[in-house]
Amino acid sequence: MKSLSEIETVVKRASRAAGFSWGVSEDVGKSIRILELFGLPGLKNLNQYFKDRNNKKFESLNLINQNHFSSSTFYCPITLGISFLDQIRSIDSIKKITFKNIAYPIIFLSFLSRASEIIGKKILIKIDENEFLLNYNVNIYNNFFNKDLLLDGKIIEVEIIDNQDNFTDNEWKELYKLSENTFVEETDSLKQVGAGAGLTDND
Amino acid sequence: MNIKLRDPKEIMKLSRLGSFHQSKLSFLRSFLNEFKNWEYKRDLFNLDKNGYGEVVYSFKKDKRVYSLVCFANSISDEDRSDRVIATKWDAAFTLHDGIPSKIDIQRLKNEVPKQEIGRLSYKELTLSRANKSVRVFNHVVDNLSKGKQPDLNLLSKVGYLYRTTAVYGSGKFGLADRFRIKDRDEINGPFRLEMMLVYLVRQFTFDQVNHVAYNKDPKKAVKLDLNICKNLGIGNSTGLGMAPFIVNHPTLLNNWIMCREIALQKIRQIKKVDKKDFNLFLECVTKSLTNISSWNTESIYQQNKIKSLLKNVQKFLNFIKNHFDFKTDYSFNEIYKWLDKNTCIECTEYIVSIMMEPYDNITKPLIKLMSSEEEKYFNIPTEKNVEHLRTIIEEKYSDILKIDFEKKENNQNFWFISKNKEEPRLADRYEEHGSELEQPLAIARDITKLYKKLLTVKNSLSMAEFLSNNTELRHVIRRAFILEKFPYSEIQDNTISKNTIPIDMLRLKLSFFGALKFDPRSDKWLRICMFQGAPLPNDLKNYDEQWVYKTNF
Repeated sequence: MKSLSEIETVVKRASRAAGFSWGVSEDVGKSIRILELFGLPGLKNLNQYFKDRNNKKFESLNLINQNHFSSSTFYCPITLGISFLDQIRSIDSIKKITFKNIAYPIIFLSFLSRASEIIGKKILIKIDENEFLLNYNVNIYNNFFNKDLLLDGKIIEVEIIDNQDNFTDNEWKELYKLSENTFVEETDSLKQVGAGAGLTDND
Repeated sequence: MNIKLRDPKEIMKLSRLGSFHQSKLSFLRSFLNEFKNWEYKRDLFNLDKNGYGEVVYSFKKDKRVYSLVCFANSISDEDRSDRVIATKWDAAFTLHDGIPSKIDIQRLKNEVPKQEIGRLSYKELTLSRANKSVRVFNHVVDNLSKGKQPDLNLLSKVGYLYRTTAVYGSGKFGLADRFRIKDRDEINGPFRLEMMLVYLVRQFTFDQVNHVAYNKDPKKAVKLDLNICKNLGIGNSTGLGMAPFIVNHPTLLNNWIMCREIALQKIRQIKKVDKKDFNLFLECVTKSLTNISSWNTESIYQQNKIKSLLKNVQKFLNFIKNHFDFKTDYSFNEIYKWLDKNTCIECTEYIVSIMMEPYDNITKPLIKLMSSEEEKYFNIPTEKNVEHLRTIIEEKYSDILKIDFEKKENNQNFWFISKNKEEPRLADRYEEHGSELEQPLAIARDITKLYKKLLTVKNSLSMAEFLSNNTELRHVIRRAFILEKFPYSEIQDNTISKNTIPIDMLRLKLSFFGALKFDPRSDKWLRICMFQGAPLPNDLKNYDEQWVYKTNF
């Protein structure tokens, strides 16, 4: 089994050899390492993408807005990913960002996972029928299990999710009430000597 | 008294970094301290009469076990090479996490001797190989087998029986990634498992030489005197592979240097120095003269440095004995100021290291801060603007900006990865091919390029916007923001100049390992000795912490 350290190093060098700058290659190394750590086929998709770059053109997208439609060619997932990562703080307020035609969108996913950590918000990404919930770069919850290559994504929707609970207020109250059963009722005499129990707080 | 940390622009110059020496913060010393209460055992000793076969050593505490698995092989003299291009070695080693099963040992037997072309697993932590110093090894075997101890003059000239030629860890060749083990308390310090491997290899060399001598003449043979063993270390040949490491791990480099600087700062801030502490310091400096005078090298460059060091340390001792009163307030601060004014850089850094000897209370907490969570600082703060970055560069890289990269000599060399062995190399860009595949290690040059570019764009431009049009500068933008937070993370020198001495970069790293007796064999590789004078594994429980200064060789 290859170690994550080996994966990161080889990906960094291969990305440089494929024509990306050293700085971008460092980011690709980190991103693919994360995908592999989360059990997603990062290296496999990257390898195939670099092969495709030899005979296909991909579009670079440097400025992220609400909607992006590349009709004739597919977006490069690395340039797009780097742009998304770099601009995440300024696009944080856009609720939903839609892309048409991204090549090897699994690669793009890795940069979004890191972006989720930077802004401290979950990001939901739908790539056609596949869904991925990016949890602060701690894990990626998805329905892509046991799949390998994802050559392209036709419609990709990225939703930055405002921080909110995954449960209802009622569920919280019920559980809180149960937790109260670990507390002990204080006697009056104990209440008199607790912290802040002086005659005045204006001393 | 408020004493500031030393200026990174002064400390992070290669000439200064290349004058660093081992100290209490060094990894091999902190390793011994951490593992002194672990149970040491030789679990397997399966060598034939010539010393070939398998040996296993272990350190154990509670439920944790680390096992060194050694494979000693027969190789011909023609195959023996210390260069990284070698494919066979006298012995090969791996540190296994836990107790290796028979199946593990069989698997490792097939892989470990192959080194870089073998495959290890997540159960292995470090990997290494070593060659005999044949002259010394054979001499020791001959003498022991005749019932005599070896010639100490010969031993002292070399200082070891074996030299390692590489020690790998952190996920290389399938070894365990650091994330798997980084939360273990006992390895809360850099390179601790690499140090364990080297330390146990040293014990293997003594056990093997005794075994071979015994089999040569079981009736007459004696064992190598334990005091001689203690005064032998383990050699190491080190090439350029180490140099990029310190450039590629800026926050780690910062933490090493920062801890050393904080230690010095705290020692200089002691108002009343205790007599006992001062005497210990003075004793270490005095006894360390043996280390300097027994430091052998054929390198004229190093010989001159040693001569200068010896002369300056003697001058320092003369000053201390005849013109200095340790009862003076802030006496270590006075000493530092005197050193800075009156001695060479090598001597200043040498004495700075020894100043730490009495102060466990200062050094021990720092040792835990010498690792780094590098991932935390990887992302570029793209919300910052051009003005912010330009200010960082003007403040933190001001000496770098003075270098004229239009001059050929300042742009002379390039770093690359050799196709043959996947190892870093340095070459003249005007004479060798391949500079188009240059590694991103010319930081000074690229920072200068970045600065020039920043002067042409609006101050208010965000980093995100700037990056979208300047992707080729991304690697140094990241570094500049790291330097803003970590003042000692960057070498304040040109690493591609005609005048760069690459071994300065190696010495920096090796001093933090705790290496002694740097012996440059060219400007690109050197030999060192580790653990010379260190307690043997059976004596670890109550060892003398100042063993470094008490070698007899």
